[in-house]
Parts: sequence; structure tokens; C-alpha cells
Amino acid sequence: MSDMEEGRVLPQSVQQSAAAYEVVREAFGPAVSDFDANEFMPFFEVLETEKWQDIALFMRDHPRLKFNYMACLSGVDYPAEEKLGIVCNLESLGVLGHRIAVKVKCARNGGSIPTASYVWHTANWHEREAFDMFGMQFTGHPDPRRILCPEDWEGFPLRKDYAVQESYHGIKVPY
Amino acid sequence: MGLLDASFSKHNVVVTSVDNVLNWARLSSLWPMGFGLACCAIEMMATNASNYDLERFGIFPRSSPRQSDLMIVAGTVTMKMAERVVRLYEQMPEPRYVLSMGSCSNCGGPYWEHGYHVLKGVDRVIPVDVYVPGCPPRPESLIGGLMKIQELIRMEQIGLSRTDALKKLAAKSVDPQQAIERERRAVRA
Ligand code: SF4
Repeated sequence: MSDMEEGRVLPQSVQQSAAAYEVVREAFGPAVSDFDANEFMPFFEVLETEKWQDIALFMRDHPRLKFNYMACLSGVDYPAEEKLGIVCNLESLGVLGHRIAVKVKCARNGGSIPTASYVWHTANWHEREAFDMFGMQFTGHPDPRRILCPEDWEGFPLRKDYAVQESYHGIKVPY
Repeated sequence: MGLLDASFSKHNVVVTSVDNVLNWARLSSLWPMGFGLACCAIEMMATNASNYDLERFGIFPRSSPRQSDLMIVAGTVTMKMAERVVRLYEQMPEPRYVLSMGSCSNCGGPYWEHGYHVLKGVDRVIPVDVYVPGCPPRPESLIGGLMKIQELIRMEQIGLSRTDALKKLAAKSVDPQQAIERERRAVRA
């Protein structure tokens, strides 16, 4: 844990997450960022986006990690960095009991992230939702369609610079 | 209730016009289509259930648009749903009535500004006869709206357009504020 200040005592749950992170760090080295030991949702970032699928599989199957449950996958827009990203909340449910969040980012225009839907089936619909709202592609996704908005909807509603379309099938959209 | 208020004569004969009989029959068996779109639908279901018991007015939900003459748009109409609502409306036989229940279907409700996916009022796609305000309206308000539909039906005549019937209804309506004031004065006196 390189970025931890001396003498700070971490809650036990964060210590567990930190221990799990160290296992990932050992295996993937510079592909992952340093650990952020906040109390609410300790996380790390995947710096080499194309390795996300390997990391995901490793985290699910490694005997000391066993992240068998993806609790949530949310999309995020970072307009300042010209990036889009996802945040995955992972837990080892009923096995090791620890949890961690993983962030993965890609370019804002035409960026893509490898799908995790073969690792956790939960990711399938969550990734479709992230695509629907933010517009990043998930390479290898088995069913890469919009999930909530109509198929022919224009734009991605949760992007910070989203402006609603004037009309949809001849119906006025704005108030 | 209109027709039956007049007591029967001793030969059990009631003299009235055809319009009256038809309207009485139609308003005494309004069959709404059983579909709800969001939280307002919960209140609509509560109105249908035993406490508020809509069946005493002959109102009971049908599961097919082809058997219904009233559409209660209860809830948030999304852009995706709007076209389906239109299709359901078109499947209903004439004469048909539309009651818009709750702020969402009246004007977009809480989603009026940031709800990119919400239709800002179901009257953008189908004609609405009665609007019931509220988020959600209480069952009493919904019943009030249904009574308004019944009044509208009572205004109708053979050969009279819906627009004219609505105008007639508006002309006959009383200002509730005055009635409230009157009641208050009576209580104080
Ligand atoms: S008007 Fe209020 S209660 Fe009714 S559907 Fe909209 S948000 Fe829900």
C-alpha cells in the first residue's frame, strides 16, 4: 500500500480490500493503479483497459480473491479528461466477504472497454445500460443494444453535455 | 343519479328521452382499461379495491381495449410508451373517454425538466377529457374525475360533438371556491 500515510489505522473492511488489491497488483503490476483506501468504497483503477477482462477473470477465480458477485456496474462521464468510464462494485459473497470497486476508463469519443459479461453475467445488462446512457462500446458483448431508451433514440442521456432531442417520431420532447 | 331520481309512477312507467336512457346506461357502466404506468396506478388499484369500491358506480377494469370505453392514463408516460398508449387508444371502440390521472400524464410531473424520456403530457398524443391533478391523486380525487366523466356523458346528445358536450359541461360547472365559502359561512353561522 504505497500511498498510505504512516500511523493511519484502516477499518478492517478496508484492510481486507487492501489485501485483495495487493494480490491483483502482484499479478498485474503497472496495469492497475494504486489503491484508494477510502472507507466508503475502496477502489483501484485499471490503467491498461485492454487487460480488464483478464483482471476480472483473475479476481473472480483466484483463491484469495473469489470476487464471485458483481453488485453493480455504473457508467461515469469525465468530460474534463475526455473520458468515459465504468465503476464495478465487486464482492466475495459468502466466501471471503471482502469487497472492492474497480474503475475502467476509455476515450470519450468512440472508446471501448472489454466486456465483463462472460465473467459475471450480471454485467450483461449493466453494460447495456452504461452503453445506453453514456455511449461507450463493450467489445465482445453478446448483445450490444440499448436497454432502456428506444432503439432509435438520439444521444446518450447521462453525458454531461446531453441535450434532449427536439422530437421523437413526430412527438415534441422538451417541455 | 339522474334517471332513477325520478320515482316510478304507479304503473311502473318512466317517461324520458332516448338520449337520457342511453347516457344513463353508458355512464352507469364505465369500463376502464386495466393498465397502469407508474406509481399513480397503485392509487388507481386502491380505488378499484374494496375500500373505495369503484364497482358501486359500475366501473370495473377490463383487460382488453376492445371491451373498454374509458382509458385511465395512470402514471408516467415515457416516450417509448407513448406510441403504445396511442395504439391502445385506437383499439378502443367509440365512444371512448380518456382520463389523465396525476401530474405525470397531465404535464410531465416531476420529470418536466430533466426527464428526457418522459412525454410532457399525454394530451400531446391523445385527446384528454378530464385531468385529475395530484402526485398521486388520492382515490377521492380519482373518483371525482370519474364523476366528471359521468357528467360529461350526461351532457351528450345524439348529433352533438364531444367538443360541444365539453363546452356544455364547462358552462354548467360551478366554481368550487364559492361553494366552499358558502359551506364555511354556513358552518360559522
Ligand atoms: S404523478 Fe406522481 S404518483 Fe403519479 S405517476 Fe407521476 S410521479 Fe408517480
